[in-house]
Amino acid sequence: MAVIDHQAELNRAGANVRGRLGGLLFFIRQYPLGAIGGLIMIAFLATAIFAPMLANYDPLSTNARASLAPPGGAHALGADFMGRDVLARIIYGARISLAVGVGATVVGCLIGMTIGLLSGFFGGWFDLIVQRLMDIMQSLPLLVMALVMAASLGPSLTNTIIAIAIPLVPNVARIIRSNTLSLREMPFVEAARAVGMSETRIAIHHVLPNTLAPLIVLATAQLGSAILVESALAFLGLGVPEPHPSWGRMLSESAAEYVRTAPWLVIFPGIAISAVVFGTNLLGDAIRDMLDPRQRF
Amino acid sequence: MGAYLVRRFLLMLLTLFGMSVLIFVMLRLVPGNITDIIFDSAGFVNPAQKAKIERELGLDQPIVTQYVTWIAGLARGDLGYAFVSEKPAIDEILPRIPVTAKLAVLALLFSVLFGVPLGVISAVRQNTPLDYALRVVSLSGLSLPSFWLGLLILMAFVHWFGWIPIYRSTPDNPWQELALLSIPAAAVGFRSSALVMRLTRSSMLEVLRQDYIRTARAKGATEPSVNYEHALRNAVLPVVTIIGIEAAFLIGGLIVTETVFNIPGVARFLVEAIRWRDYPIVQNLVMFIAVVVVFVNFLVDMTYTFLDPRIKYED
Repeated sequence: MAVIDHQAELNRAGANVRGRLGGLLFFIRQYPLGAIGGLIMIAFLATAIFAPMLANYDPLSTNARASLAPPGGAHALGADFMGRDVLARIIYGARISLAVGVGATVVGCLIGMTIGLLSGFFGGWFDLIVQRLMDIMQSLPLLVMALVMAASLGPSLTNTIIAIAIPLVPNVARIIRSNTLSLREMPFVEAARAVGMSETRIAIHHVLPNTLAPLIVLATAQLGSAILVESALAFLGLGVPEPHPSWGRMLSESAAEYVRTAPWLVIFPGIAISAVVFGTNLLGDAIRDMLDPRQRF
Repeated sequence: MGAYLVRRFLLMLLTLFGMSVLIFVMLRLVPGNITDIIFDSAGFVNPAQKAKIERELGLDQPIVTQYVTWIAGLARGDLGYAFVSEKPAIDEILPRIPVTAKLAVLALLFSVLFGVPLGVISAVRQNTPLDYALRVVSLSGLSLPSFWLGLLILMAFVHWFGWIPIYRSTPDNPWQELALLSIPAAAVGFRSSALVMRLTRSSMLEVLRQDYIRTARAKGATEPSVNYEHALRNAVLPVVTIIGIEAAFLIGGLIVTETVFNIPGVARFLVEAIRWRDYPIVQNLVMFIAVVVVFVNFLVDMTYTFLDPRIKYED
């Protein structure tokens, strides 16, 4: 029988973690991949916020003389057909990705959470109707649903956010509902009822906070797919319209013909999308491991 | 079981009916139809001409009438006429299905052939450098947009071979068609294989923790026997269920990949029809996709009861 080193076990479980910095160091040691994801996300955020300071060029100004300029020289990552600087467009494109990704995730999660909570906690006919509605929405793939919605709403930043947010709703609503269903039977809910709390109060003050952990896990997972769907919509020409520089549209503008002649137009925007989504996935996995130990494998 | 089947089938019909209303209303709620697009590109609007075209296409009817016309047509197998080509919608859609179906099957095959073995290896070698490497690969697979992967593949072909693998609708022989289709199929399947791998891994790890695995080890079963005879059989079960999720996942990938590789399939056709607001094509294609997704999920549920006799659907 091996001797248990209590101190080592306690350290591993994070018992001696003190202060914010300590917590951060503990997270980095425990989830190195998650920390890398976090770093990518911070870089992404900083790029979006400080875009005007980082970019040497105006992402929209065209320059006939720089048309299809290769990387290096004045344009670090080259220029597109209209002579617009690729690096500047990627830097400003971070704003679109961030706005649509976070916007759609937040809107989708808020609506999904509300529906899931109402449907799981109060049940009845509302639950029945909502569940069938979610069935209907889930019978279409995320991208198809977003495509149809984007086309029917018309191209604009807000509409793109809505077109991606709505298809995210059923997933969130389903998981929050099943969570709420099991929480409803918990002794603490019964206790709250016993001391005379109203049902609405129980739902908001006791059940809702307990669904936050799975909601955070879900939200980070959805953020990645929201960014991917945005880029796919833009690639197909149904996303955020001109003049916003969107990574997906940079790829569709440069597709087929430039694969041969100007590969930098294809490579760099794709790297930007992949890196950001990779970051959200790494961070999302770490957050899931942290908040939902039952799923830890 | 019989009653369950019937109930399940009726729910399926209800879902599809709901989908038909949803898609119909969504397409028409917002102002602007194909006539606006036509006159937009012409640069002037002749109201009399516009009204004439709208009348021809039936767009002047109340929305309920239009819906009933569509559904009644569907019941007779009449999908109406495409706005753009003015050919029967069914003649536009049907010939495009085989290519997409072949592509989907190839991509699914690709994702299972790579995803399942790699997922198992990753689980058996949990927390080794190999496992970490495979996990990072699968996570990056989920992070690459499939259209970008397609473009990269095209670029690699141009760079190394000097030609682009363009799909031809009249291939010389089946092998050539297979070769030309397997390239885009790999682009779609790569993302799905990452998903399959993750799910196989977690399901395998779940099984490896079970008591009967410990029993097998205690009886002296060899490590390969425990992993591949006892564990894998049980771990494959949940992987079957995700084929339902896969179907939805694949369709998303097909839409962009067919566009990248210029493959004349239904998925790319849907995007074109959406751009033109070609209602008959869009609504019928969307319904077709919904039927496929719902039916695949139904089949998966049914297969599950055969694979795992413990699961019984209550009547």
